[in-house]
Amino acid sequence: MPFGNTHNNFKLNFDVDLEYPDLTKHNNHMAKVLTKDIYAKLRDKQTPSGFTLDDIIQTGVDNPGHPFIMTVGCVAGDEESYEVFKDLLDPIISDRHGGYKPTDKHKTDLNFENLKGGDDLDPNYVLSSRVRTGRSIKGYTLPPHNSRGERRAVERLSVEALNTLDGEFKGKYYPLNKMTDAEQEQLINDHFLFDKPVSPLLLAAGMARDWPDARGIWHNEAKSFLVWVNEEDHLRVISMEKGGNMKEVFRRFCVGLNRIEETFKKHNHGFMWNEHLGYVLTCPSNLGTGLRGGVHVKLPKLSTHAKFEEILTRLRLQKRGTGGVDTASVGGVFDISNADRLGSSEVEQVQLVVDGVKLMVEMEKKLEKGEAIDSMIPAQK
Amino acid sequence: MNAFKWRANIGGALHDQKIGILLSSPRIDQPRQQESAMPFGNTHNTLKMKFSASEEYPDLSKHNNHMAKVLTPALYERLRSKETPSGFTLDDVIQTGVDNPGHPYIMTVGIVAGDEETYEVFKELLDPVIEDRHGGYKPTDKHKTDLNPANLKGGDDLDPKYVLSSRVRTGRSIRGFCLPPHCSRGERRAVEKMSVEALDSLSGDLKGKYYALKNMTDAEQQQLIDDHFLFDKPVSPLLLASGMARDWPDGRGIWHNDTKTFLVWVNEEDHLRVISMQNGGNMKEVFNRFCTGLTKIETLFKEKGTEFMWNEHLGYVLTCPSNLGTGLRAGVHVKIPNMSKHPKFEEVLKRLRLQKRGTGGVDTAAVGGTFDISNADRLGFSEVELVQMVVDGVKLLVEMEKKLEKGQGIDDLIPAQK
Repeated sequence: MPFGNTHNNFKLNFDVDLEYPDLTKHNNHMAKVLTKDIYAKLRDKQTPSGFTLDDIIQTGVDNPGHPFIMTVGCVAGDEESYEVFKDLLDPIISDRHGGYKPTDKHKTDLNFENLKGGDDLDPNYVLSSRVRTGRSIKGYTLPPHNSRGERRAVERLSVEALNTLDGEFKGKYYPLNKMTDAEQEQLINDHFLFDKPVSPLLLAAGMARDWPDARGIWHNEAKSFLVWVNEEDHLRVISMEKGGNMKEVFRRFCVGLNRIEETFKKHNHGFMWNEHLGYVLTCPSNLGTGLRGGVHVKLPKLSTHAKFEEILTRLRLQKRGTGGVDTASVGGVFDISNADRLGSSEVEQVQLVVDGVKLMVEMEKKLEKGEAIDSMIPAQK
Repeated sequence: MNAFKWRANIGGALHDQKIGILLSSPRIDQPRQQESAMPFGNTHNTLKMKFSASEEYPDLSKHNNHMAKVLTPALYERLRSKETPSGFTLDDVIQTGVDNPGHPYIMTVGIVAGDEETYEVFKELLDPVIEDRHGGYKPTDKHKTDLNPANLKGGDDLDPKYVLSSRVRTGRSIRGFCLPPHCSRGERRAVEKMSVEALDSLSGDLKGKYYALKNMTDAEQQQLIDDHFLFDKPVSPLLLASGMARDWPDGRGIWHNDTKTFLVWVNEEDHLRVISMQNGGNMKEVFNRFCTGLTKIETLFKEKGTEFMWNEHLGYVLTCPSNLGTGLRAGVHVKIPNMSKHPKFEEVLKRLRLQKRGTGGVDTAAVGGTFDISNADRLGFSEVELVQMVVDGVKLLVEMEKKLEKGQGIDDLIPAQK
């Protein structure tokens, strides 16, 4: 390092005991892992862009817990965070991603033809299907840490790449800071608009700085393929449509994502990826595929069944409210998606959703008829 | 908590001094080193220098705060490579103003200081903001401190049928420590420990107790809420954006005396906020207690070798540039339903150098004709002068209210500009 980090070095004047956070009331992955010894070991380090241990953990210190989910409590500020602070992040990754070891290799598979079925989920139950992931552009720091200059560069590169898409992907970019009222209204009605984060998890990590500068939404004309620029990750790529044709949603997802990646590569910008962590994103929970494939599905009976949670666990699925991660379900309609991100491929994860949701809809139908479902309870996947 | 080592870079040599909680800290006889002499750089800020100034310059086109009025692209370019000795940078100074374009009731500053040196290193930005905010206060002006309550005339006879309560508050920063937007947990805890030790040695009618936010029992919390003493984690985006809520509630707490008339907030928006208050209109007594308590606290700090941030140009140095000088806001909750609807109300306030707020504080509206009326100035006037303006001004406003109640005119009472 030719340079130090003035502020971090200043803090080294204080003993570890004085600087170590009070985590006694905390329940998140970071608090489970960060002992005083690890804090002492890592506190004088920084990544090449100047991201420090306190930067990594601030969100976890400020947010002791969450009512619905076990939060991670850490963010990366750049690609190197995962290397420089591996003593903290490896155990968290292992805990969060089902025992994933520092020596494990992650498999990427974005070949939609490898998905079996998925085009016949009953639209009487499955109201909509969606697949999302994130991508980070190599060489730039991540949303908790990036400067306005970097964020704007990410926006420029992304919009240039997206504007080259054609055919079913031809579309338009709407920057948040130039949106007209009419455009804003339309995007809200389409359920596309993302707003300045209100979640204290994101705010504490510094991701809302300079809002709405260099943030925006791109979508294709058919409104089935959508990209968020500079929200929680450099890019969030979303394929969605009403009904239960997850096969088509995933096809469009893979094709579009591959086209975007090709365009970036042509301009000498790759995505952050390595064979151990897969795609590198801001939150350690999104490593690997960064993929969440899910449906909004009506399961009023199954969701009140005593074995609902157990079934979800065995199917490697997770439930959320229809408003997203921080919400509760309404009227028996749940957002059901894959629980895993790292250690299995995109195809494998979407397969789990397709097969799992198909099974749950069958169970719902049985329960409607007053029949039992015990014989259908699956083994642990 | 154990002693911590303080390394001060004084005169180019490194001194290691062990500092117990209230043993001698390095006396800052000389100005701090400017950033060019610092042995370390700031990695993150240096990385940003790879982008041109125009790529990094914030979009302030929709903004209306003091920072946005002053920060031109040229000024941004000149200051962006600088940092204070503790590593506070231009982007740190302005982040709250970038993230908060405006406020419905007040013209916000849009800037915070991260340490005492911020006001020096970034003076090219802060001096014009200070001038704009504090009525033309020039970089060469000197500020007068007067905490002698005997110099206040009157103030013990504001009509309690109208003046419901009286309050004086100020802030203090402990020299040698970074301010709330920037301080680490270690620093914040050190500030807490030093403050509590000083407050615990107060006696007589100032004798009291400290309630750390993170150790508070439910019963204590309820009592403090009922007393209107409890401060909670900031929700104002102005404070959140500047990083003042980090690590909440670590190192934060409330101290108050047994009679609940003298109160100190530790590590909220400033290191210390000192408040004297009581029901009714005896501002003289409130100010008496304020000055006595504050002076005692300052003496205790000095005995232990620490002092408050103060200089003869800016007076007391606080986190927000709007609180420089005296840091003093003296005010009353006063019932003026008729006066407040009079077309000349705003004009009268302005001439009296007073400001109105809702009874919930700076971000609220008035309820039922009851207003919080306080001094508008902070810098360039002494404490006594500011409280005098409140005492005289509120007395006049109450007289006007009484006249309006009787259906009489108040035109002959309208004051000249103070």
